[in-house]
Amino acid sequence: MAPASEKLKGPQRRDWNKLVVHLLLLFSVGLIGFPLYYGFVISTQSMEEVTRNPQVLLPSSHLWENYSRIWNRLQMGRLLFNSAVVALVVSFGKILISILSAYAIVYFNFRGKQIAFWMIFITLMLPVPVRIISTYQVVTELGWVDTYAGLTIPLIASATATFLFRQFYLTIPDELVDAAKIDGSGPLRFLWSILLPNSGANIAALFVVMFIYGWNQYLWPLMVTNSEKMRVVVTGIASTIPLNSMPPRWHSGAGSVSIRVASRTRAAASQSPAPRRLICQSSPARRAANAALTAITTCSPAYFHRTYKPQS
Amino acid sequence: MKKSIFQNRWLPYLLIAPQLIVVIVFFFWPAFDTLRLAVFQTSPFGDRQVFVGLKNFTDLLSSPEYYRSVLHSFIFSLGVTFLGLTFSLFLATLANQKISGLPFYRTAVLWTYGIAPPVSGVIWLFIFHPSYGILTYLLSRVTSYEFNWLLKGWVAMALVIFAATWAHLGYNIAFFLAALQTIPKSVTEAAKVDGASGFSLFRWITFPLLSPVTFFLFIMNMVFSFFETFGIIHAVTQGGPGDTTTIMVYKTYVDGFVHLRMGSSAAQSAILMALVIFLTVLQFRYTERKVFY
Repeated sequence: MAPASEKLKGPQRRDWNKLVVHLLLLFSVGLIGFPLYYGFVISTQSMEEVTRNPQVLLPSSHLWENYSRIWNRLQMGRLLFNSAVVALVVSFGKILISILSAYAIVYFNFRGKQIAFWMIFITLMLPVPVRIISTYQVVTELGWVDTYAGLTIPLIASATATFLFRQFYLTIPDELVDAAKIDGSGPLRFLWSILLPNSGANIAALFVVMFIYGWNQYLWPLMVTNSEKMRVVVTGIASTIPLNSMPPRWHSGAGSVSIRVASRTRAAASQSPAPRRLICQSSPARRAANAALTAITTCSPAYFHRTYKPQS
Repeated sequence: MKKSIFQNRWLPYLLIAPQLIVVIVFFFWPAFDTLRLAVFQTSPFGDRQVFVGLKNFTDLLSSPEYYRSVLHSFIFSLGVTFLGLTFSLFLATLANQKISGLPFYRTAVLWTYGIAPPVSGVIWLFIFHPSYGILTYLLSRVTSYEFNWLLKGWVAMALVIFAATWAHLGYNIAFFLAALQTIPKSVTEAAKVDGASGFSLFRWITFPLLSPVTFFLFIMNMVFSFFETFGIIHAVTQGGPGDTTTIMVYKTYVDGFVHLRMGSSAAQSAILMALVIFLTVLQFRYTERKVFY
């Protein structure tokens, strides 16, 4: 009899390795998914079930009751609407003003161009927490506290998006500009008819990332809103957590978590058309995975602009 | 640089104006004003300001509370960064093997990208709940130690570290996966011909080739855990118990908006500004050069 290790040579051994990889991956996927599943399960249980020890980790029958209660108590409809407004205005605003400024930087020579570029770049080093009081004071003086303008406009500058578009415009061949000029098109016509139609992939990737960025804002909405009506859903959810009180009311809290996640996922799913070169692949799951990968990595200012080209 | 450009006297200014106005009004002016406030003492209602020089800074640097918040920040950030990078590198390497069902696995490990940190905090709060949480229950079966985050600072710290790591996993995995895909097949195949396989292939070929992205992610995770995790602390622990989870950003917020100590808060903001500038410069300097292997 040969020892077991010798039997596992060649194709058999490779199969064995693959099985281990599958098991490790499944375990990790379960580990990553568990918190979300746990939140969902709790959101379907009654208070008695939640406080039972040990808990039953299976969905129960109180889903509708919990969700409708939290929906009414938090005015969830209004909060979701506010979050949608913030996320949409922030993402479209960032994309719009970044396209314009990147276009100015790449296709024109003007006095102060370098200074303008560096000023936009430096915003990367000024996140909200390092200018917290003074930004709030500016918004107060503008009379924007508790308004959509106050919630969105201070967030729409974007060094990341400006870099991404600048980098992309630099790859557009000069011949295209010459051809457009010969055909008599001016700068705005060139932007609208040539550059924009070719920027679809970048816009889509940026939109996904910036939408999530806007939706997930917490500190800024917390500061500039003070009425219930202007809160966004993330701050609303956090406010359902009673500090240090027992027994907890988390089954309602959990309800709102699931609502939020579901709506966010739906939004992201419907809004994530993959960059075109990735769509040629077959399965929807692969397309989704690649779209997510591309979106997340292309939207980072420093690293992947130059080095990473998604595989097709 | 482009050779073919448009000639126009005013159009470029018009195009860049919207971005510049937002940048000046909401970034530069407040940053400048923060630095100014840091050398003034302001009355709680903001009606009187007295120039005090560096007093706000010297007060901070002589207060043990502030040093504790710095210490907590570093424990928290290094915890989030180390845990997140290790786990996501492990997962990305697995999800880059040649096996069936890859698209499913990739989607299933990337989706956490969309989780808002405060929401992650709320979910982990359920898991860590002192009396009913599933983790507390499981631990109580094996040990009699009381894992109560309301009483024990390090349990609260573990709670917020897990919550922040979970919310940032998708981002890390995405970068590791993308970087793994850029490693040329010829390199790994050459290594295989030389007899490398399994762990030694990873240790001596893959990992060194990943070092630029690992460094980049290290910086990005530090920035994330310093500046984007306020929501977790605010929603879940409120800096407690005691001040064991009070990180620098949270203390800045509390001092400015709750205790109305503008001068101290502005001085803390200025220190944070120096920190984020340092991290950003480090990142751009070293990822530009790519001198890691």
